[in-house]
Order: sequence, then structure tokens, then C-alpha cells
Amino acid sequence: MSENINITLKLFAQYRDGRFKVEKRVYKSGTTPQNIIDELGITKDKLPLGVLMVNSKHEKEEYILQEGDTLALFPKIGGG
Amino acid sequence: MADKIYRVNMKELSFKIEDVPNHWMGLGGRGLTSTIVAAEVDPECHPLGPNNKMVFAPGLLSGTSAANSGRNSLGAKSPLTGGIKESNVGGTIAGIMAKLGVKALIIEGIPEDNSTFYHIHVSRDNVEIVQVPELVGKDNYFVLDSMEKKYSKKVAVMTIGRPGEMKMLVSNISVRDPKGKLRSHGRGGLGAVMGSKKIKCITVDAQNYKEVSYEDSEKFKAASKIFTKALQNNPISGEGLPAFGTNVLVNIVNEAGGLPSRNFRTGNSENAEAICGETMAENIKERGGSTTHGCHSGCVIQCSQTYNDKDGNYLSSGFEYEMIWAFGANLGINDLDLIAKIDALMDDLGLDAIEMGVCLGLAVDASILKFGDGKEAYRLIKDEVAKGTPMGRILGSGTGNLGKLYGLVRVPVVKNQSIPAYEPRAIKGQGITYVTTPMGADHTAGYAVATNILNSGGFVDPLKKDGQVELSRNLQIASAAIDSTGMCIFVAFPALDDPACLPALIDMLNARFGISLTGDDVTNLGKTILKTERAFNLKAGLTSADDRIPEFMKYEALPPHNVKWDFTNEEIDEFWNF
Repeated sequence: MSENINITLKLFAQYRDGRFKVEKRVYKSGTTPQNIIDELGITKDKLPLGVLMVNSKHEKEEYILQEGDTLALFPKIGGG
Repeated sequence: MADKIYRVNMKELSFKIEDVPNHWMGLGGRGLTSTIVAAEVDPECHPLGPNNKMVFAPGLLSGTSAANSGRNSLGAKSPLTGGIKESNVGGTIAGIMAKLGVKALIIEGIPEDNSTFYHIHVSRDNVEIVQVPELVGKDNYFVLDSMEKKYSKKVAVMTIGRPGEMKMLVSNISVRDPKGKLRSHGRGGLGAVMGSKKIKCITVDAQNYKEVSYEDSEKFKAASKIFTKALQNNPISGEGLPAFGTNVLVNIVNEAGGLPSRNFRTGNSENAEAICGETMAENIKERGGSTTHGCHSGCVIQCSQTYNDKDGNYLSSGFEYEMIWAFGANLGINDLDLIAKIDALMDDLGLDAIEMGVCLGLAVDASILKFGDGKEAYRLIKDEVAKGTPMGRILGSGTGNLGKLYGLVRVPVVKNQSIPAYEPRAIKGQGITYVTTPMGADHTAGYAVATNILNSGGFVDPLKKDGQVELSRNLQIASAAIDSTGMCIFVAFPALDDPACLPALIDMLNARFGISLTGDDVTNLGKTILKTERAFNLKAGLTSADDRIPEFMKYEALPPHNVKWDFTNEEIDEFWNF
């Protein structure tokens, strides 16, 4: 089981600073959002994760990403 | 000197200054305006007739040094919803009224001579009511300039533009902010109520007040420090809102499939990236302007901004998510600068950005304009609505009435008030707030988006029905109480997640008045306010059948999640079981 999966990554608000808005990346099967959060250098000390969505639905960091998934990461934001 | 009730009679053109009755003493803001409206306004009265009243009241902490305490409430019977309305606003008015000792300003009656408009000036122990023929037909910034020249740069001003004079249901009441720009008592057509009373503007003297007193100033200072810190340390109120403004929501709500687009046909907009808070912040950085601006003095969140065009010239301020959504996603304008131009025009005219924007979104279905045609939207507002042409009157009557006139079925209103920027089918807790709040579709009444989308105060899945009624109820109770303190609703973000925040707020109330409120007392206050408002609406003729979502949302599935509104009537009505 060492197949690769194609993932679309979307970043928002301050997470875009020095990174990107949207990118398509290839990961190993079994990759979780947490792996990608670590790879991006998003940590608890500075702008910890606020909201994580996979295919427009809220998911947990441990979710196993599937081929073609879109992962969206947001710091804590709000308004109204 | 104890606070007083200032009562103005527009029929007699007279005023009285009254002692505050004991049972109103512990109330402020929404708690006070809704209590007075319920006690003094016949629920069956015509909202634009002689028996409606306008009640302005600063919050319990307004005028103090507490951060973010500068919201002023206005209560009346709404000509848009036919029910009770409380609309609160920033600006300088709340602090100045509180320091002047005005517990509430009640305006009743209609002048017998309705050939002109009046200006009401409130100062210590006095109210002047003078005719202002020179201001008739003028808009808000003209009035602001005149009043600043007449009094001082600091005078508090509340004013209506031409749509308010014409008693249009999309008209609001605009309030001067600390930088001389405008904020609004936006919703419910309250500009029309002011117009019906022939009041062009109200000013409050900002030169001869005294600071508010504290029963225990040391305790107040200590609690205030903790409260301010809670606002500053919270990632939303301390970082996200100052950096991106409320418009940071476009992308997250769009990503969640809950951004109403094309008159509520989809939950995604192709324009999201063009109009989002991140793009707005980039433009501000490139062009000058400012991402931070407080709508009232003492605000430590600074979610508002100054937005310039490509050449660095001022376009607008107070450029908020709701407005940008209505014109950008729902009506489809993909040019943020043009949306800013429309925003500034609506500020000057005094139009509710949500009601006007949603109405124009529906006007696409009526073939009045084309989807995405921002130039025509601007023209319709400037040349039709502002001038009161027949087409302007039609659009100025709001979304519900436009739908009736054109035989449209997909009309996004609850209690005749336009649904704001969160799709009720895809953000179901927010939908419960829209249908149950006594205000008509209103996002601030119980902001379930926080817990449905933003992971504030936990998480309740936005696409499922479970837990939504309870969530909305708890938020509406808390919001009614917060709306009584004069606090900005964004204190809810730290309050939901930081255990130090709410106790500090209650400690400030206790130290200010020498009382001993508990958390339960505050919850009970919120419950009482909601029940008072609901009772008014029932007497006004509204029923449970008005606590419903537009029918098309029950049979049309909303992409991308393909969700319908699926609450039963019994599930909705359970809301009031408290």
C-alpha cells in the first residue's frame, strides 16, 4: 500500500503569509491532515489551527485523506 | 445625579425629564428598549403612525472605561417585520448619552404640521426641537457636516437620508463614529419610523457631560483589566478581526458551502476570492488605508477599516462582510472597489446594506437588473431609490414586498426581513436563529455560525439538525443579555472560549452599580428579554406560523451539500420551551 494520492491544499487568512493560497500536492496513501499541518509548520504556539475542512466538511486532524480530497486550513477566525 | 428618562413628544413639540422607575433601574440597552416598547407601545399600532415610539438606550456599561462598551440600542415596532425591533449600533452616541445621564430617550407622537422636518438636540436638562427646512432632501454626510459646524466635532449625531424621509422600509438610522464616518441602526426599517415622526436628525451634546460614577472603582478597574486582556488574547478578537475585518468570513463560509449566492441558489460563489477579507487586506496594504478602525471609542478589537481605491483615494469605511456578501456573492458583483463605492453611497443615503443587497439579488429574478451588474445596481440606488421614483419605491420596500409585486416564490425573508449572509439549509443552527428570533431574520440575535462553522464554543455539525435548537436558544439568551450591557457582540468570541471573560463582565456590572449579579441572573435577564419580545409579537398578530423558513428552502436542495431545510414545526417551536 504505497500508492500516492492527489490532494488540493487551500490555506486562508494568516496561513497564506509566506506560503500559498492553493496548491495541488501528491502525498503517500495514509497521510492525515495532521501530517500536512506539521509539514507546513503550523504549531500550537503561533496561530494554532482553528478550522479544518475536507471537501467542505469539518474533519479531525486524524482523518485519513483520500484520493482527490480538498483540505482547507484556517486559523481561528470570526466575524459577523 | 441619578440617570433620567428624557421623553420627547413630537405632537406637542415638548419634552419632559422623568425619574427612572424602580423596575427599569437595572436595565440598559436592549433590555430597557424592549421593556419600554412592550410597556408603552400598542402592539397593534401602525409602526408609522402616531402610537409607535422610538426608544434609544445606552448599555449598562456604556460611558465607562470598559473596553467595547459603546453600543447604543434603539427599540420600536418595526414597519418591516410588524414586530418588536431592537437594533444596536456603535458610534459615539452611547457613551455620550450615558455620561449625560440619559438612561433612555423616548420619542413619541407625530407633528400635526408635517410639512417640514425637525432636529432634536439633547443636552443636560434640556431638549430643543427646531425645524430644519435647510436639511430636508439632504443625505447623511451633509447633515453630519452641518451639525459639526453648529456644535463641535464631537457632537453625537443620528440622522436619516432621503430614503428615511420617504419612509422606505430599507432605510436605516446612521450614527456618527469617532472618525466622523457612519455606523447604522441597520435593520428593520427604523429610518422610516424616524421619518414618520418628521425627525431629520438627533444630536446629543458632547461638551457638558460628566464622567460616569462607579460604586467600587478599584474593583471595576481590576475587572476591566481582565476583560480587556480576554479580548486582546483571543485569536479572533485579538488577531483575526483586526487583520482582516469581518470580511474574513467570505472564504470560510464559502468553503463550508454556506455562502448564499445567486439569490440563495448555491452555497458557493465563484467571486469568493475576488471579494474576500484576504484580498481586501492585500488591497489596503498596497493602497494605503487602514485595516484597523474602531466603530466606537474604547474598542480594542478594531474590526473596521478604511478602504481606498487604486489611486489611494478614500472609498469607504465600515466595509463589512454582510454588505460585501450581499453585493459580491448574492448579487454577483466581482469588483471589490465597485462594491466599496456602493457601500459608501448607501452609508450616505442611510440604507440597510442587507435589506437593499438581498432585495437587489431578488431583483435579478424579477429581470430588473442582470446578475453581476454592479454599475446598474449603483444606478438603481442612486437614481431610483434615493429619488423615490416608482422603481425606487418598489426596491425601497424591501425583499418581501418586491417578491409579492413580481409574483416571485424564491423570496429569502423571515418575518419579511431579508436573510443575511449564512445559508440556513447548510448552517442549520443559524437557520433556527433566523426563524425563532423575535427580530425577523437576523444573524446577530444568536450567532450559531460560531459553533457551526468557526469552532467557537465547541462544534455542532452545521449540516445536521442535532443540537441546533438548544445551541440557538443558549446563544440568543446570552446575546439578549450582552445587548443590554452596551457590549459589542464580538465579545462573544472570547466569552465562548475564555472562562475569565464573562465573570469579568459581570464583575464590572457589579462594581459599576454596587450590585451582586451572578451568572444565573444574567441568563435570566436574557430569557426575560426574549419572552418580553415574543409576547409583544404575539399581541401584534405574529404567530408560530411566522417562525418559519421560506418554503422553497424545504424543497430545493442547496449545492454543494445538496441540503434542504428539514426541521419540523414541532422541532422549531420547541425553541420557546424555557
